[in-house]
Amino acid sequence: MDEAATNLTTVAEKAPTVSPEPVKLPQRRMNELFDKVLSSVGAPLVSILIFLFVWSQISAHVQVSFGSIPGPLAVWKQAVVLWDAHWTEHAHEAEFYRELAKRRASFLSANPGQAFPDIKYSGPPTYLDQISTSLETVFTGFIIGSLIAIPLGVLCGLSRNFFKAVNPFIQIFKPVSPLAWLPIVMILVSALYHPAHPWFEKAFLSSAITVAMCSLWPTLINTSLGVASIDKDHLNVARVLKLGWWQKIWKIVLPSALPFIFTGLRLSLGVGWMVLIAAEMLAQNPGLGKFIWDMFQNGSSDTLAQIMVAVFTIGFIGFALDRLMLILQRLVTYDAKAF
Amino acid sequence: MNPALKSSPRKTNRRQFLQTTAKAAIAGAAMASAVPWTSRAATKLEKISLKFGFIKLTDCAPLIIAKENGYFDDEGLYVSLEAQANWKILLDRVITGELDGAHMLAGQPIAATIGIGTKADIITPFSMDLNGNGITVSNDIWKQMQEADPRLNVPRPPHPISASALAPIVKKNKDAGTPLKFGMVFPVSTHNYYLRYWLAAAGIHPGYYTATDTTGTTDADVLLSVTPPPQMPATLAQGTIQGYCVGEPWNQQAVFKGIGVPVITDYEIWKNNPEKVFGVTKPWSEQNPHTLIAVVKALIRAGQWLDASPANRIKACQILSQPQYVGADEKVIRNSMTGTFEYEKGDQRDLPDFNVFFRYHATYPFYSDCVWFLTQMRRWGQIGEAKPDDWFAATAKKVYRPEIYRQAANELIAAGKMQSGDLPDTDGFKPADPDFIDGISFDAHKPNDYLRQLKVGQKD
Repeated sequence: MDEAATNLTTVAEKAPTVSPEPVKLPQRRMNELFDKVLSSVGAPLVSILIFLFVWSQISAHVQVSFGSIPGPLAVWKQAVVLWDAHWTEHAHEAEFYRELAKRRASFLSANPGQAFPDIKYSGPPTYLDQISTSLETVFTGFIIGSLIAIPLGVLCGLSRNFFKAVNPFIQIFKPVSPLAWLPIVMILVSALYHPAHPWFEKAFLSSAITVAMCSLWPTLINTSLGVASIDKDHLNVARVLKLGWWQKIWKIVLPSALPFIFTGLRLSLGVGWMVLIAAEMLAQNPGLGKFIWDMFQNGSSDTLAQIMVAVFTIGFIGFALDRLMLILQRLVTYDAKAF
Repeated sequence: MNPALKSSPRKTNRRQFLQTTAKAAIAGAAMASAVPWTSRAATKLEKISLKFGFIKLTDCAPLIIAKENGYFDDEGLYVSLEAQANWKILLDRVITGELDGAHMLAGQPIAATIGIGTKADIITPFSMDLNGNGITVSNDIWKQMQEADPRLNVPRPPHPISASALAPIVKKNKDAGTPLKFGMVFPVSTHNYYLRYWLAAAGIHPGYYTATDTTGTTDADVLLSVTPPPQMPATLAQGTIQGYCVGEPWNQQAVFKGIGVPVITDYEIWKNNPEKVFGVTKPWSEQNPHTLIAVVKALIRAGQWLDASPANRIKACQILSQPQYVGADEKVIRNSMTGTFEYEKGDQRDLPDFNVFFRYHATYPFYSDCVWFLTQMRRWGQIGEAKPDDWFAATAKKVYRPEIYRQAANELIAAGKMQSGDLPDTDGFKPADPDFIDGISFDAHKPNDYLRQLKVGQKD
């Protein structure tokens, strides 16, 4: 709302006004700009500083089973430790592969025509590896979910009867916790997924499908709402022009429902990210959730600080994903009020 | 970079550890290139990149040491180790082939083979260790036990502590309609059987499993339930359970955090009892026979190294405390790994055999160990009907595979990496063993006789 208001003021200022004191105008603008910067940077900065101060004060006084709760500094230290561990591990991995390449060369020169076995580095995944695993998983699940939800949503919006037929399933499955789906998905994936050359790990697949199961509902509901609320005039235009069914969908229905669809997608991605961390914790599938659970199981003196690092990481990534969707949403909706 | 950080112990550990493993890997590579490679991995081993699962307990040490000391490398194997959330997931992953093999509860391959829970053929060519578990009760229960039995109400009470002091507390709570709840790690875990043995030896009924009751609480005086080992202390602290039986470091953790008191170790329930095994599926063992022998060789060497000297144990504790392995603080792991055990805070005693990885032929897969677990499965009703004595022996021979162990050991002996005296001359059955807390002798040749002697439980 603020932005909209300031937009209005800037528009008002751009309008040719007959100012009684034109000389003072830049000065006033500078003041406004300064105020704006102060309020958009200053306020959060102050609140963050207060938060850090309160946190460090409280944490020093709360005793848990292995010392006191880590303060901001301890958490930052662990973040640096995890960061360094990642690069050490990767240097180690690079060294391993260099050594392996030497071995392969000497083996092949000694035994031309023989196959050198395919050997993978067997070190533990680092914190950054876990982050990228989680991101890959959430996007895979999100894409699978959207590919199911958008077509279904369009059909629901176009046909009252189809919507009535599907509605009971939506109402019953939507409130189911992702963690209830997880065991079912895991069992099914283990039973049905036996390709000769697996592209994905089973664990990756079951996480992604769980994310899809839970993140499709907001998209489905918003899409059907968007399609159902299309201006009747637009549909009449389609009739007048004698557009075919596919053309109607492409030219009329999807473009007008796009803002709704993107609202749904944004909600879905948020839900998906939340679900994924829980699924990884429960199923021990690689990713940030597994990292947290492993650290919790370690029960060492660094445990809490490392879990907090992960919590902040998850929060920042969630925020970044939301912003990403918001940017896309703005591109398709011209709705400056979305925030 | 913060200079203070550089000197933090965890970090130097990791640095050193990475350097040493890098060195080990390179050394392995150097050795491997010194030996012509064809005779090694390329022709003999069916699979060289392996992934094994483990649970964060100190007794996964043989797997971790085999990797960290380069014993897997020496065999031409590239092994990654992955911590698992709980025993169920670990077993499922071995069965589906996501893991090539794993650190398992001795009961898991047996139960899977005879179809308790998930049915799958799993074999054991290597036994990982002896002892290593304890039973811990909450501070409150310990106080009540001390009130019930004045002999316990001293700074250093006489050990072993039987469950008889617990019996009146159990009865009181049961009569009040709030029976005590104890945690154990898995229905077919050694912990379940040792906890039940300890309770039953004092006349407390831990409950039967029946065809319709898979929780094992029929006729129970105390309700036992499954909790993953690392969550034991937290679950006890939250009051969900009043006691538990688990491996290390989770008993010492309870002392360390001041939330409970370990009252007895499994060494005092049954001296030198078998604990964890290394398990693979039968199809996997048939597809990868040479690989399996190579794995067992590396594991035997790891067990040997772990029992070679106290200094090695201390080194092992440092390695195990790495976050990707057991991850608990080094001093907590050291508590039990280095031959001492702390019961109440300050009551530290020498228990040199609390963790045994090689002595007393600990790594040999004895048929008689398997038979004992089968008797307990029958005793508590997990095996639904009475079985003849020869069924016990036949089942043991299906699951426990000493011939694989022997082949690996013979190769090590030939290479001068193992003493021939360390390979037991046995038919797989240990002599009758009376070293139980209630003094009842176990003869693996007569499982049904044994069952009839036990006070509580099914008689045949």
